[in-house]
This record gives sequence, C-alpha cells and structure tokens, in this order.
Amino acid sequence: MLGYILRRIGMMIPTLIVISMLSFIIIQLPPGDYLTSYAASLRATGDAVDEAELESLRERYGLGQPIYVQYYKWMSGILLRGDWGQSMEWRKPVKELIWERMALTVFLSLVAVSVSWFIAIPVGVFSATHQYSIPDYIFSAISFIGAGTPGFMIALVVMLVAMRQFGLNVGGLFSEEYILAPWSWDKFVDMLKHLWIPVIVIAFESTAGSIRTTRANVLDELNKPYVETARAKGVKESKLVWKYPVRVAMNPFFSTVGWTLASLIGGQTLVAVVLGLQTNGPMMLRALRSQDMYLAGSFLFLVSVLTVIGTLISDILLAWIDPRIRMEG
Amino acid sequence: MNNNRERLVEIKNLQTYFFLDEGTVRAVDGVDFNIHRGETLGVVGESGCGKSVTARSILNIVPKPGKTVGGEILYHRKVKGVEQTIDLTKLAPQSSEMRNIRGAEIAMVFQEPMTSLSPVHTIGNQICEAIRLHQGLDQAAARELAIDMLALVGMPLPNRTIDQYAHQLSGGMRQRAMIAMALSCHPSLLIADEPTTALDVTTEAQILKLMRQLQDELGMAIMYITHNLGVIAQMTENVVVMYMGKVVEQADVDTLFYDPQHPYTRALLQSIPRLGQKTARRGAGQRRLASIRGMVPDPYALPKGCSFHPRCSQMIAGECDQIEPQMIEVAPGHKVRCLACTGV
Repeated sequence: MLGYILRRIGMMIPTLIVISMLSFIIIQLPPGDYLTSYAASLRATGDAVDEAELESLRERYGLGQPIYVQYYKWMSGILLRGDWGQSMEWRKPVKELIWERMALTVFLSLVAVSVSWFIAIPVGVFSATHQYSIPDYIFSAISFIGAGTPGFMIALVVMLVAMRQFGLNVGGLFSEEYILAPWSWDKFVDMLKHLWIPVIVIAFESTAGSIRTTRANVLDELNKPYVETARAKGVKESKLVWKYPVRVAMNPFFSTVGWTLASLIGGQTLVAVVLGLQTNGPMMLRALRSQDMYLAGSFLFLVSVLTVIGTLISDILLAWIDPRIRMEG
Repeated sequence: MNNNRERLVEIKNLQTYFFLDEGTVRAVDGVDFNIHRGETLGVVGESGCGKSVTARSILNIVPKPGKTVGGEILYHRKVKGVEQTIDLTKLAPQSSEMRNIRGAEIAMVFQEPMTSLSPVHTIGNQICEAIRLHQGLDQAAARELAIDMLALVGMPLPNRTIDQYAHQLSGGMRQRAMIAMALSCHPSLLIADEPTTALDVTTEAQILKLMRQLQDELGMAIMYITHNLGVIAQMTENVVVMYMGKVVEQADVDTLFYDPQHPYTRALLQSIPRLGQKTARRGAGQRRLASIRGMVPDPYALPKGCSFHPRCSQMIAGECDQIEPQMIEVAPGHKVRCLACTGV
C-alpha cells in the first residue's frame, strides 16, 4: 500500500512540470500583455500615457524577455522563495492575494461535496432499493431538475427568495464589517452564517448528479449473486444492502473524487460572481481579462495542482476500499 | 422412497410465479416432493425448468417479481428435543423467524463461486458473518471456528486463506470457501444449486467427494440441483426430474437409471454420451448421440395438456395435447406424470 502511494506521488512530478509549463503558455497566448491593455484603458479614459513609466514597468516585470526566461524566473521564484510574482493590476505580490481565496474556495468546495454526498448517497440507495416506487419517482424528478438547471440560475432564485421572503442579507461570505478584518473566531462564525446559501446552490447541482449515479450503481449490484449469498445467510436486508452492494457501488464514486473537487473549484465562477463570493473564480476571471499574467497563471497552476492531488486522493481511496485494485498497483 | 427416515422438508403443490410485463411465468407450478433427514436428493432438469426457483422458494428468497402464490413447504425441526413444523411459505421473507432459519438450519451453495462471494470482503469476514449472526459468538471465537471450517473443507493454509479475497483464490478454493460458509452453522439441509457447473472436471470430482465426505461427518440432508445426470448417479439416493415447473418423475436413483418411465427422463438418459460409444463407428451398428427434438416451449404460452407433448415421441394424439396428466405411483416410491405410462 505504501509503495503504491509512493509510486503514485512519483508519477505526479512530471505531470506537475508539464502543467506548470502549459499554464504559463496559456497565459501568454493572448496578444499583447498587461501593459498594452493598461495603456489602452488609460487612453480610453483620456489620461495621458507616460511612456517612461510603461518602460520602467516593462523592465520591472521582465515583459520584454523571451518566454522561457520569464517562465524560468517565475518557476524559480515559486520553488526557491515561495514568490509567485507580482500582480500588476493590484500592485501587490500574488502570494498576498491568492492564499486566502484558495483556502476559502477549497473549504467551500469540501463543505459542498460533503453536504452533497451526505444527501445523495442515502437518497440514491433508497431510490435503488425502492425502484419504481412513488418516492423514487419524486427523487428522480427533483434530481433531473437539479441536473438541468444552471447553478447561477439557482443562485439568483435562492437569493431572491431569501431576500424577499425572509429579509435576509445575502451575497458574499462575510458581513461588511468582517470583509477586510483579519481572521478571528468571530469572522469564522460570521462566515459560517453566510455559508449556507453558496453551499446549497453549489451542492444542489452535484447532489442531483450523485443521486443518479448512486441509484444506477446500486441497481447494478443489487441482483449480483454475492448479495443473494448474503441474503441466504439470513443477514437482515437493511444491513446487507449497506454492507455489500452499496460498498461495491461506491467504487466509481470514489474514482471521481478528483474531478468532482476540481470541477467544483473551477466551475463555480459564475455562481461566485452572482453571489459575490470571495473565492478564486471572480478574481481569476478579472485577472484573465486584464492580462494580469502572474496572478492568472498562479490561479491556473494551483487549480491544476489541486486536480492532480484530487486524482491522487481518489486513487488512494480506491485502493483502500477495493482490494482488487491494491493487487495490481 | 425411503419412508423409514424422518421427513425434513415436505413440499406440497408449490406454486411460484413471476409476474412480468409480458405475462405471468409459472416457474414452479405444483411441485410436490419430500426431503428426508440425512438424504441426498437430486433435482434434475433443463435450464429454466424451475429447479433453482424451487430452492429459492424453500429459503424464501425468490427475487422480485417472483412470488410463492400457493402450496406449502413444511419444515420439520427439533428445538431442544421438541418437534416443530413450520410452513415456510407462511413466513414473511424479512421476518426474523425466516432469517433465523436461513443460513443456520437451511443453507445454500450457489453456482458461480466467483460472483457468489463479495469482491471487497475477505473470505473470513463473510464466513464469520454467518457464524456471529446465528451462533452469537464474539469476533475471536467466530474467527477460530471459521478457520476450523476452512480446514474441514480441505482449504490449504486456512490461517492465511481466511484473510484473502475471492479474486486471490482459484475456482475450486472459492467453492470450498462457499461450502465452509454454508456448513459453518451445521444446517440440517444444504441446498447445492449446481455447485460444480462452473468448475473443471477434476475440481468437480474433488468438490463432489468433499460434499459426500462432509455429509457422512455432519449428517445433513443435501438437495442437489444439477442438469448433469452423471453427477446425479454419483451423488444422490433419490431423484426428482422436473420439466417446465412440474415434477414429471420421481424415483430412487437406481430405478430412475434402469427403469425410467417418463419419455422425458428416457430422452435425457439417452442423450448422455458414453465412453466407447464413438459416433464414428456408426457403421458397426452404432447410432448418433440422441438429442431431444424441439425446443423448450415459450414460458408465456405453455402448450395445452402435458407440457412435454410437442417434443414427446410417445405422444397420444387427442389425449396428451388435451388432458393434463396427474402424478401416479407406478411402483412403491416411483411416481410418474404421464398419460402414456398409465398402463405399466
């Protein structure tokens, strides 16, 4: 088992190197750079463009250099000094901007995934063991609606209902007085109070899909001979369902942990914009539009790293729950 | 049949139907037979004749949309020396009474040892589950008993095998584990549903030998379901022949092989290949291996009268296709359901 994990970690290293290169190349792909779009926006508002200032900025960020030199500088900064470069738009080091947002994003996604599984697995199992019953049809209808409605739409509806019907202050993850305040216990509690709307919105969509997956997987396993063996042993039906078919049905579930997390982190940008969340999505979107390349590149790189780590986690989980995989490792 | 032995299970006019969208399939339609204590009863017939459904009806685990709709399965048990008779068809499939009988007093070994064991639990986990459930032992004691059982069924290195998974064992080893699991609570009836069909011939011989030897040691009755007449001859004392959900002939094994009455039984026996009877030597008075002509009828549209008449060589026109034959006793313990055999 340990050897299997070490081997998997070893395989991550070349993947990460390639990902870092790709992130940097993608960020460099659009024509121009931050300074051209900065100059363009200055001109648009009628301000004078100081060529000397632009030149000094170009010098400072090393924008005139060939791409591999820029990549080398960026990477060596990250690896040796933990320096992710400067955000040109915010005039701050990238590392001061991203960590809090990444942490919030990961936290929010983990809570949403947990909530979604906590609901989806029991409901899916119930639907499978009571196939074609009335509750099964009701759950199916709800999950089709959930799977078919875009997240930002649900976000708008939830916000509207919360505000109109309950007079709640919605939007954002914090009350106003805490937004800029340093982290404290009160700020954390305040965040938990705001968390439920984004969690409901984000969890709703993935819950819908997970119910379908669980139901289909359990149905596949429910009539397998090993379940009949357990039944013939006299094991209670409610007990044997959880011990045998559900356990096997969870395999495809765990193997998707990797991308479930990644798609949550990457895919909730629209929801985050609508709800005004301080997560990475809105900031990354803005950085991409203004060609704030080190900030956008760092986000892209970090999200990719999280995907790789997620895949590693799902491999380990799978090996842990399925002895057949452990053998081949 | 040996009426000198105590009856263990009496099946009377059992009817188990499957209610499908396409219609009702009468998988078991009026089956009668008895299983005696310590006896080995063979149940033989083609695929789909209702052998396995009969077995599942006894354990009350007929899968949906199947249901036992009529008849009785009387199970005679002794609890602390007091005789009890329970009609298993009257118990709810999920009731604790039924579950206490399942696995403890009536156990079952299935056809496919690979798929009949959980892929994600160890052999030991699954055997201990049965032991702890029915004997109330703690984990350590159950494990010890499980190791003893594995040793009893001839599992090499039982101390190690107990922690292995099904995919780490060979087909024969898996079936030994299944048998160990079924016998771990000393059932009075073991139902073996084609336990050697998925195994190669050498392994089959070992498993058959093992089952006979275990029966001598533990004294349980075995209901042996198979389509292999060779196994029937080797393993059983009494035989029930089934066709389309009905018992068509019932006799002790010698009578059945030397004096078969029902045309279906005769046809089955003629379709066994024999060593030294090469079809290539047809010129020297040998014949081709016989097969039963026609196909098993569509279960949704059973023929009128005797369900075997479209394939029968002794069909009496105007009778067999009109009248449903009743079971008649042609000799003590030898029963046949056939109009053509009435005048023996």
